[in-house]
Amino acid sequence: MTVDLLAPFAEFAFMRRALVGCVALSISAPPLGVFLVLRRMSLMTDSMSHAILPGAALAFLAAGLSLPAMAAGGLVAGLAVALLSGFVARATILREDASLAAFYLISLALGVMLVSLRGSNVDLLHILFGTVLGLDDQALILLGAVATTTLVWFAVAYRPLVLECVDPLFLRLVSRASGPVHLSFLALVVLNLVGGFQALGTMLAVGIMLLPAVTARLWSATLPGMLATSVLAGLLSSVAGLLVSYYADLPSGPAIVLAAGALYLVSALIGPQGGVFVPVLRRARG
Amino acid sequence: MTALAFHGVALGHPGGGGRPAVEDVDGSVADGELLAVLGPNGAGKSTLLRGIVGDALLVAGRIERPGRTIADIAYLPQRPEIDRTFPIGVFDFVAAGLWRRLGAFRRLGAAGAARVEAALGRVGLADLAGRPIGALSGGQMQRVLFARTILQDAPVILLDEPFTAVDAHTTQDLVQVLLDWRREGRTVVAALHDLAQVRAHFPRALLLAGRPIAWGATADVLVPAHLDRMRPGDAICQHDHAPPDLGPVRSAAP
Repeated sequence: MTVDLLAPFAEFAFMRRALVGCVALSISAPPLGVFLVLRRMSLMTDSMSHAILPGAALAFLAAGLSLPAMAAGGLVAGLAVALLSGFVARATILREDASLAAFYLISLALGVMLVSLRGSNVDLLHILFGTVLGLDDQALILLGAVATTTLVWFAVAYRPLVLECVDPLFLRLVSRASGPVHLSFLALVVLNLVGGFQALGTMLAVGIMLLPAVTARLWSATLPGMLATSVLAGLLSSVAGLLVSYYADLPSGPAIVLAAGALYLVSALIGPQGGVFVPVLRRARG
Repeated sequence: MTALAFHGVALGHPGGGGRPAVEDVDGSVADGELLAVLGPNGAGKSTLLRGIVGDALLVAGRIERPGRTIADIAYLPQRPEIDRTFPIGVFDFVAAGLWRRLGAFRRLGAAGAARVEAALGRVGLADLAGRPIGALSGGQMQRVLFARTILQDAPVILLDEPFTAVDAHTTQDLVQVLLDWRREGRTVVAALHDLAQVRAHFPRALLLAGRPIAWGATADVLVPAHLDRMRPGDAICQHDHAPPDLGPVRSAAP
């Protein structure tokens, strides 16, 4: 069997749509992931993605499989959990990671329960794992709008965001941008998870955000380098995942995230910034 | 002209349930003054400095900053909340000192870049501009923070134990920067613990132990009668190079 890398996309409209959707997602989600990883907020992303589920499920109960309703429901629920867990961490003796873990388990169970109330197992699978091969116009517009919003936001908030990460006290003292930057950053993460949930489902949307970001950390020592590498890793995983799923007849959402995972594992071995085998390779060469 | 004025000020930690860490602070700091704040650990030195920039809980009284806002005050904490693992270079980190000029959007430009380089040169780090901050030693990081403070161009500068975790050579260089600030007419308030250093460079001193013990000309403040009132067992002078000097004041002027 010969593997043609272009034919699947040339031949089938659903593959082209999937590709466009994944490209949009790969441009916006991984750079956010880079900042999440640098701020040690990976776990928080995970719980926000799970929090989207009950919101989307409630919308599903009320309006059926309607994209705008489910996106809005997911957005509200995701933001609510992001703010609530921060509040619980401040108000109780629990550390933020513990309260996040609690929230995400509750959200996941609640979401699955809500979807099962009315939907079939197929609906549940769609919501959990996405339908990247069934992206309609609405979904593509949503993904495009999310990517555009994210890029514009980065252009506006990049400088205060970097300062907020490196020296938050300094930013607090020299400007009032600190609070707004942090909150809009969280909102944008949720927005991207809601977008990603259309393509990859709530369970896997985090994958395309965090895996390319962790991969990028292993290849570059500078922030601009990491941001560029993360987008590249996201694009590569998307294309590879779609092709593998097409030729091997595998579900495409998991294939994309697994491709990103494979890229990460390889980078963990040979990535120049702290890869396991890098010292060995250097010795062999020198 | 007054740079800072305190009226019955009591300050506490945000999570301290309103119990003040320092209280009964009444007095003022004149423009261009160099004031050393001394006292044992837990005396409230850091809380006082944090209070001046609005980062501590004001339990009672009020702090005046005539004609200025908190944005006009540069504050260098003892343990800054800096994430040293974040991938940012020395140059970019120091350039953040120009925030008041540049804000979130304006370009650094050639003039801005020259200012950053001059500040790095002033603290002896011209060669390390391209290095990530994670690769710096403690002394080098303190030099970086001084460079950023230089760029802030603030009329009032607060330093919390700026020479504590720093080698003697770095201390020497940074004291020179501090004296530059004095020549430029800036007001500097620094929490310190080295009496010899204070006597050599700081015309005025405030002795603190939960409340002011003495406040005035250094020669009048650092006398045994005042120093004895520090709680027993608390060493206020823990300098590596100079032994504790609690004897009579011999020279106060630099």
